[in-house]
Amino acid sequence: MTTRAEPIGGPLVTPATRGLAVLFGLAALTILWRLVAGLGATTALNDGYPLGLWIAFDVVTGAALATGGYVIGILVYILNKGRYHDLLRPALLTSALGYTLAGIGVTLDVGRWWAIWKVPVYFWNWNFNSALLEVALCIMAYVVVLWLRLAPALLQPATRGGNERLRRAAARFTSLVERATIPMVALGLLLATMHQSSLGTLMLLAGSRLHPLWRTPLLPLLFLISCVAMGFAVVVFESVLSSVAFRKRPELDMLASLAGIIAPLQLVFVVLRLGDLWWRGSLGLLFAGGGRSAVAAIEFAVFLAPVVMLASPSSRRDLGALFRAAMVMMFAGALYRFDTYLVAFMPGAQWSYFPSVAELTITTGLVAFEVLAYIVIVKTFPILAAEPRVERQAA
Amino acid sequence: MGITRRAALQTMLAAGATAAGTRPADAAVLPAPPADAVGLLYDATLCIGCKTCTVACRDANGLEPDTAGSPDRLYNAPLDLSARAKTVIKLYADGPVRSYVKAQCMHCVDPACASACMLGALKKRQFGIVTYDPDLCIGCRYCEVGCPFGVPKFEFAKAAPRIVKCELCKERLASGKEPACTEVCPRKAVIYGTRTELLQEAKRRLAESPGRYVPKVYGETDGGGTQVLYLSHVPFEKLGLPALGDEPAPQLARSIQHAVYRGFAAPAALYAVLGLVMMRNRRSAGAAAPQGGADDDAR
Repeated sequence: MTTRAEPIGGPLVTPATRGLAVLFGLAALTILWRLVAGLGATTALNDGYPLGLWIAFDVVTGAALATGGYVIGILVYILNKGRYHDLLRPALLTSALGYTLAGIGVTLDVGRWWAIWKVPVYFWNWNFNSALLEVALCIMAYVVVLWLRLAPALLQPATRGGNERLRRAAARFTSLVERATIPMVALGLLLATMHQSSLGTLMLLAGSRLHPLWRTPLLPLLFLISCVAMGFAVVVFESVLSSVAFRKRPELDMLASLAGIIAPLQLVFVVLRLGDLWWRGSLGLLFAGGGRSAVAAIEFAVFLAPVVMLASPSSRRDLGALFRAAMVMMFAGALYRFDTYLVAFMPGAQWSYFPSVAELTITTGLVAFEVLAYIVIVKTFPILAAEPRVERQAA
Repeated sequence: MGITRRAALQTMLAAGATAAGTRPADAAVLPAPPADAVGLLYDATLCIGCKTCTVACRDANGLEPDTAGSPDRLYNAPLDLSARAKTVIKLYADGPVRSYVKAQCMHCVDPACASACMLGALKKRQFGIVTYDPDLCIGCRYCEVGCPFGVPKFEFAKAAPRIVKCELCKERLASGKEPACTEVCPRKAVIYGTRTELLQEAKRRLAESPGRYVPKVYGETDGGGTQVLYLSHVPFEKLGLPALGDEPAPQLARSIQHAVYRGFAAPAALYAVLGLVMMRNRRSAGAAAPQGGADDDAR
């Protein structure tokens, strides 16, 4: 990897990082409380709504927002678009952080968290009928792959450090990882394809308790397509934010051409979803009135909005328009996931769920930790490209 | 070259698409109950709602009182099945039409909870009873998402929680006794037996007094069949027994998993295609683009 990435540098303690650390500190205390007191005392979860905010947001939405590494990996390695290479490391970093947090989220959510190690270890008990088992194993393996892919960047200071033995070990490990690039990238892309689609399969098990506006055998495909769109959106979002926050020149050419890919994906999603509703005779439910019809209509609106926002080539080169469209796209994918996991689930009229303060505090704190870790890592390690290359500008 | 790349993407989308196009080929074949299947037969026309069964169940299973339905917390009064109530008696009343109904695990022939369970903590074991092994449970509660009857309950109140559900008094069965609920029922409204015997008995009652019942044994085929069977004089949906059709509840999700992952062939093929495409890309890039991918502009 000879991308000219370099650490941003600058102070690690700033008002922003201090604020993020406070949010995370609050969450850490709440996490202790949850582990000691149990789920009933700290969350709004119940036997009707056994899955709540932590699964719908931290895990399902979090993993989908962490597909930046997946989509840039497809572009660079499969579609051979080397010009996107500068976006790869930051995308891998957001992916690694996002999936790590999803893992933490799951660990807090499961009631018997001290036994979670048994899932990868007790292979003789694996139930291959369980979509959840597949998701769990894939995500665990994927977190390892992502951090390994980042290892060369994170080990770079060590390869230049003063300690001779550490330097040699870091160099050897880096070359090992780099030689394994192809099998590792292929594994990463495979794992992401598998678990992102299976996150859709998961809710099919709810059967008739899943509202027909969302219950379709297409769930795995719809989850896969929308996670790719979300991955692109996050790359755009993160790139624009970094360029503003760290006063870098934005990679406008790349972002503009990425935007050209996103819009068709959103359209494919909408067409598939509408076609599927029509095919199954559930299209009328969209106009049946009531909360779920309204929410589904909003879903379609926010999936289509970015297509309109980015319709003209000039809007795709407008940093503000790109940023806003990326936000709407991330929101659209997130809403679709919340709807499938919470809104569409119908356990019976006697049950209700709205996340508790502790659930919200922990989720907020984990997101704050993700942003904090991102800032610290790009300031310390070579993640972001130094400056857009001059020859690219000329091309 | 472009074709290979397209092939890679197509294979990736195929993961989802195969799933989409899959209708369970084996859906027509109902899963057979295990040969040693035992169960319950509950006859709503005989039940007088005395709740003796719920007391015996609590006693046999060492369950703490569930006072959710008692404002002053003085009485054992569960509102429904809960982490402290493995069986409850509920009342359906619509004018003069009334019926009690007993709720507990249905011990499905093809249980969604067991299909959901990652390590098989919930699993059909001896006599086809869906039993729970806490050593294999991490508390993910996916079983609660899957069960169409809302049976598995979770000990949210505890820091070391377990799943709680009827296991058909498997310890009592092992020592030659029958389940606590059937042993004490004064009207024999709920009886224990092998599933075959119970189904015969239910059909005998339907044939003997055709006017008395809704002409159907709930659980014979519903949701792929259950080992707990019901007879009733009011529609089964009124008693909280949903109209599920004959397809087992976990069939659709499982057929998708199986179609995509049969023999792990599709993932292995996708992995191979991805690897090959990358190798070709790298070779075509040569030494000009050492960063791992050739730029389209550069070629």
